[in-house]
Amino acid sequence: MHPIVKLVAQRLSLGILLLFAASALLFGLTEILPGDAAQAQLGQSATPENLANLREEMGLNRPALTRYAQWIGGILTGDMGNALSNKLPIGEQIGKRLGATMFLAFWAALISVPVAILLGLVAVRYLNRWPDKVISGSTLAAISLPEFMIAYILIFVFAVKLGWAPSFANVPPDMPLLEKLHSIALPIAVLTMVVLAHMMRMTRAAILNVMQSAYIETAELKGLSSFEVIRKHAFPNAVAPIVNVVMINLAYLVVGVVVVEAVFAYPGMGQYLVDAVVKRDVPVVLTSGIIFSAVYIILNMIADIVSILSNPRLRHPK
Amino acid sequence: MSNELKLLSTKVTAGTMTRREFMSKAAALGVTAAVASTILADAAYAAGPVKGGTFRMGVSGGESTNSQDPATWASDAPLAGGFIWGEALVYPGPNGLEPKVAESWEGSNAAKTWRFKVRKGITFSDGTAVTAEDVLATMQRHSNEDSKSGALGIMKGIESMRTDGDVFELTLVIGNADLPYLMADYHLIIQPNGGFDNPAAAIGTGLYTLETDEPGVRMTFKKNPNHWAADEMGHYDEVELIVLNDATARTAALQSGQVDTVNRVEPKIAKLLGRAPTIDVKTTSGRGHYVFIAHVDTAPFDNNELRLALKHAMNRQEMVDKILQGYGSVGNDMPINEAYPLFDETIPQRSFDLEKAAAHYKASGHDGSPIILRTADGAFPGAVDAAALFQQTCQAAGIPLEIKREPNDGYWSEVWNVQPYCASYWGGRPVQDQMYSTAYLSSADWNDTRWKRPEFDAMLLEARAELDEGKRKEIYSKMGRMLNEEGGVMVPMFNDFVDGLSTEIQGWETNPSGPQMYWYAFAKTWKA
Repeated sequence: MHPIVKLVAQRLSLGILLLFAASALLFGLTEILPGDAAQAQLGQSATPENLANLREEMGLNRPALTRYAQWIGGILTGDMGNALSNKLPIGEQIGKRLGATMFLAFWAALISVPVAILLGLVAVRYLNRWPDKVISGSTLAAISLPEFMIAYILIFVFAVKLGWAPSFANVPPDMPLLEKLHSIALPIAVLTMVVLAHMMRMTRAAILNVMQSAYIETAELKGLSSFEVIRKHAFPNAVAPIVNVVMINLAYLVVGVVVVEAVFAYPGMGQYLVDAVVKRDVPVVLTSGIIFSAVYIILNMIADIVSILSNPRLRHPK
Repeated sequence: MSNELKLLSTKVTAGTMTRREFMSKAAALGVTAAVASTILADAAYAAGPVKGGTFRMGVSGGESTNSQDPATWASDAPLAGGFIWGEALVYPGPNGLEPKVAESWEGSNAAKTWRFKVRKGITFSDGTAVTAEDVLATMQRHSNEDSKSGALGIMKGIESMRTDGDVFELTLVIGNADLPYLMADYHLIIQPNGGFDNPAAAIGTGLYTLETDEPGVRMTFKKNPNHWAADEMGHYDEVELIVLNDATARTAALQSGQVDTVNRVEPKIAKLLGRAPTIDVKTTSGRGHYVFIAHVDTAPFDNNELRLALKHAMNRQEMVDKILQGYGSVGNDMPINEAYPLFDETIPQRSFDLEKAAAHYKASGHDGSPIILRTADGAFPGAVDAAALFQQTCQAAGIPLEIKREPNDGYWSEVWNVQPYCASYWGGRPVQDQMYSTAYLSSADWNDTRWKRPEFDAMLLEARAELDEGKRKEIYSKMGRMLNEEGGVMVPMFNDFVDGLSTEIQGWETNPSGPQMYWYAFAKTWKA
């Protein structure tokens, strides 16, 4: 078997084990939280009778292990079950929410990743001169502001004052693509500003590291222009760390944007998970948690595979 | 107002001049934009409702866990949506109960038997006729022994229910002159077969029908042309309810014109927001109040001297000014204010008096150990700050109040109604009887001050069945005074509802039952 195939198989099986462990951990943690779904739903209007009836209906009186086993059984057979709170099928709800999250993450990544890498390259080319300083300064300033702050500033300027973009991101399924993009313009801008600096700085550092090598000097000596040197010789050798940090940021774009979702009232996974935790809707928490874990595991696996493929020494182990 | 302007404004309402033209002509006549838009608004109001358009509401209080099953409603967005697609028997309007599914009602037998006549010829949104059986089934679903409904708490003391032709009849164990108000509860939306078959189908008798429902995101509604009052109410073609839980997102949406109205404008920005030329801020004094509740059966709060010490040490006016920014009124250690019918305004207001507080504290013989007040951001808006203000004034009176901050998450299950002294709020009830029965009757599930006084219970039941309003008022006054003097409830303030509204919207009226004209803005307003 090709070593790469073997590695993927190994990683995949390990990933599945990890998912099980994550689900058990999540379940344990939700059990520790005070209160349960019935109490959370009734809140101030709970009486002993309706609380007992609701617990019975939600099946909360069964032992914890039974409930966990039932959920695992459902997941393994592809049935995510229904939410405790509103009894809607979890699969369908997550489908919509995950679709929205992926849509936002995709466009944010499509803009931020190339821009970050390009800015990183430019920064190296003009190292310690004004373009480098402007790029580093502005991206670091953007990452230093909390994301909700950036969001509020953008909303105030572009939605309230100029009226160029909507202040909240309403994306019904039947909306045409261009309108959807207009609708999520501000959240994309915020996310781009938040992830840009990390990826840009990493690109810059990784390439600078390679630039110290003897073969770069050789390339310069044979008369290549500095951009050519970076593109042909430095960048390919700096791919591994860059891919790693890109993947971390992609994962963040999928699982970490709950604040941006809240500010723009965007119907993504983050808000869905937070609501489910508040309402102690354990099946929804577990299913969302598993999806988030899977995103992390898969993206990390891709990062590992890309670094191996980009490095001949790892590609052909002895 | 100059005749010229008046003439121009009628042109706008008649549709021969645009709003923009009017504003620029008004400016040419030397009238400021704010005055001009008021003139325009008056003209539009006088011209009567305009049909059509979409009413977009930005609503705080929606979660992705929300359901369309009325039994589960506990936050603003689902109940606001519920009023759009459904109706209860009656609705608490600004001037008393308004008939909805019930055309008329009457009580007899010392307010023990109540007969509600179901409106003739009305249908559910799926086309089936509304019958008294549907009403009966609805009431059963919320009150039977399997009920999971949030309304179960108020559906007590029913001896029997039955139908008689097009009449739904309900008999109580003890007479209750205010029963029709209980039937106005937002959980009790009339559903086909009471919602036993499909509780979350959102099929009701409302002015609009539910088109799309994305829990915690948005709901859209389309006009129901078959509604019995479709001509007088529900002027918009469509209604859209957008969940905007973030306060800044809500204000930004209103400012940028993406929504026509928002609820819960934060008191600290309300004045600033009201200065914007296209936005009105509407305040409604209601029955909702913020409380610090002590269990009167638990030491040290079982000592009335200590309770009085705490009550006198509370600077209510400062809390109204600083926590509510003036959008509210001071409380008087009873859950009732002038927004309730039969309120006795002669009950003396509790004074902020540190000397009295110190004297009562001394008389209580408290050992000086810290008195723990639990609070959380979610207990009521500003609860942590209010507790801090309270602590400072207590300190000045020599009372060792200590604040324990609890997490929002789980506050209602772990702290409220469990711990002996904590911050909380009440949304208020339409009538005094319901407020007292909910939280101050010995047997009430939500008796969160453990207030158990047989003489208080007796007065409550006496007032409930009393049909003479003068006598009822007298009894309620005695009960209010009793709570004020001895109760475990400390009421620093009654909070106003603060709504933001586009100046385009006409026909707004205040309803003390809740924010957003108690969620009937969609039915009674229109766009000029």
